[in-house]
Amino acid sequence: MSDRSVAVAARRGPLHAVSLPKGETFAVTRAPDAARFVLRGDPAGVAAFGPAAPGMLRASESGSRAALRLGPDEILLLAPGEDAEAIRGELAAKLPAGAHSLVDVSHRQIGLVVEGRSAALCLAAGCPLDLRPAAFPIGMATRTIFLKAEIVLWRQADDRFHVEVWRSFAPYLVGHLSDAHAGSSDP
Amino acid sequence: MLLIHCPYCEMDRPELEFRYGGEAHIARPADPMATSDETWAEHLYFRSNPRGLHAERWRHISGCGRFFNCLRDTVSDRIVTTYKAGEARPEIDRGAA
Repeated sequence: MSDRSVAVAARRGPLHAVSLPKGETFAVTRAPDAARFVLRGDPAGVAAFGPAAPGMLRASESGSRAALRLGPDEILLLAPGEDAEAIRGELAAKLPAGAHSLVDVSHRQIGLVVEGRSAALCLAAGCPLDLRPAAFPIGMATRTIFLKAEIVLWRQADDRFHVEVWRSFAPYLVGHLSDAHAGSSDP
Repeated sequence: MLLIHCPYCEMDRPELEFRYGGEAHIARPADPMATSDETWAEHLYFRSNPRGLHAERWRHISGCGRFFNCLRDTVSDRIVTTYKAGEARPEIDRGAA
């Protein structure tokens, strides 16, 4: 190489040009880089990953790892990004052969943390589920929709949700959440 | 918004999460090569299209992802009951719905 500067075009991710709402009553932040796997098969297989097997539409956690039971035999596994390689090896060794499928979907979607007093209110502007704590308690996790985008919604606290969204839908989701917050009666 | 009871999630969910999947309980002929053209065409293209209770497949695609079956009244659009795939069509009288 000569010492001429080389032109580079680096991708900066799906939210690089999007301003995330950041306030006392409502904030959206990017969740840390994560490794994501979809495990299909007997939910008891989650034990090989760490957390206990979650009940239907529930999340279970162990340390930095979480398992979200999206369907009878479908579990979304979340872990810190740097663990991806290790998890693949661990699960391949520990899961009973032939009875499961494990697919790495780390880069299919991104995680967002939606929090604040108005979090449920603003999510409800696009999600038709009943998000009151009695109907959607802490620890509940499900795939659902937000307007036209499919999301995975996981309630971590009364006023904090973890949202998984396919990367190309992320600006759409954040845009409409910001809009809902701007138009909310609790600004 | 119409709420549909998903028999796998065991809760009422908004209709936007679901996709319609056509008439239920249509069995594919076990040996298509030995099936007459008439029977095969019947299987592929002809449906009952009743006025009243209709057993149909739905998929909770933006939820648990599962196919299940549903009895819907085609006159009132009322969903009378839903049940898991593989289960027999419930004996329900339309008048009682």
